[in-house]
Amino acid sequence: MEHMLSLFVRSIFVDNMIFAFFLGMCSYLAVSKTVKTAFGLGVAVTFVLLVTVPVDYALQTYVLGPNALVEGVDLTFLAFILFIAVIAGIVQLVEMVVERFSPSLYAALGIFLPLIAVNCAIMGASLFMQQRVLMDPETSSQAIAGFGDAIAFALGSGIGWLLAIVGLAAIREKMAYTDVPKPLQGLGITFITVGLMAMAFMCFSGLNI
Amino acid sequence: MSKLFSQENREAFSNPLNLNNPITVQVLGICSALAVTSQLKPAIVMGLSVTAITAFSNVIISLIRKTIPNRIRIIVQLVVVAALVTIVSQILKAYVYDVSVQLSVYVGLIITNCILMGRLEAFAMQNGPWPSFLDGIGNGLGYALILVLVGFVRELLGFGTLLGFQVVPQCVYDWGYVNNGMMTMPAMSLIIVGCIIWAHRSINKEEK
Repeated sequence: MEHMLSLFVRSIFVDNMIFAFFLGMCSYLAVSKTVKTAFGLGVAVTFVLLVTVPVDYALQTYVLGPNALVEGVDLTFLAFILFIAVIAGIVQLVEMVVERFSPSLYAALGIFLPLIAVNCAIMGASLFMQQRVLMDPETSSQAIAGFGDAIAFALGSGIGWLLAIVGLAAIREKMAYTDVPKPLQGLGITFITVGLMAMAFMCFSGLNI
Repeated sequence: MSKLFSQENREAFSNPLNLNNPITVQVLGICSALAVTSQLKPAIVMGLSVTAITAFSNVIISLIRKTIPNRIRIIVQLVVVAALVTIVSQILKAYVYDVSVQLSVYVGLIITNCILMGRLEAFAMQNGPWPSFLDGIGNGLGYALILVLVGFVRELLGFGTLLGFQVVPQCVYDWGYVNNGMMTMPAMSLIIVGCIIWAHRSINKEEK
């Protein structure tokens, strides 16, 4: 339980998807113009992460890992294809479920929901999970040793991403009123803003729980 | 031969290098561009891998574009790309193991690199194999160019080395020069890319 909590907090602040690993940057930059849509996308990403990472964890442990399926067979090299297929499939499924049970949420998320399939944050979380399964839970606070850990990691990463995109959207809304040099306007200044935010988040790196 | 290198095909190759650069203008594929550039060597390897994968996935999709049903095209594209990335990842592990460890998950993340999906959707689905190949090479090299630029600045200022060789002479350190440790932090790559975009837009302003 303690390990799960530490994993959760670490993946929000220290191993933040945006500021430490730059994952999901494309949609992060494209959709952070207003706080409202940014929040919608953040929730969708968290939701999809929460479904895909545990499923990929099960795949990794029971099918892909060394000696998991058949004694003496290591299928890890198939991970890329299987993970992306699972993600694309689940995104499709989530889309249908959301459309059926909550049409208002479906309308609010719009095009972002199908696009999440190619969001690097989702694939990245699964690949990090794959690395961390091999770590020793006794010595490393990043290790993922069970379903609970996988869920905590997914939820933490999603919330970290949500936090980052809402923060940037809020800053960009204010920045519309400032006087930025012409060639730097738009994309350039956004990059520099994210850089400064990432520096601010670096001060969490000594965090120990 | 002249048909192979017609005006149109040459533009498919050269536009992404500068005027339509995937990173600074189209804003695609930023994720990996920022994370792997703390040194020059992984940046070069990453740039070349992406170039190869973009070119070949463009060719494959362009060859089978007429047989792909429209509804499931994204899945087909993802599977083709994932297969190519798996091959590249195995090659990297076999021949440049240290770099492949340094790149860690970012090799796998080439699958979700937006440059690939963007080029497949926007170019390969409408054009023949040869222009698609040139377009893939052009976009890959445009991406690699920015990566190498950022990697160059960060390694030079952060470590005083290039490709692992010491370039800042010892006597400069004796005069009190210190490596800028800030440059090795991930946050700086964002700011450097921001500055590159700034410079790029200032230079190309008249042409727009």
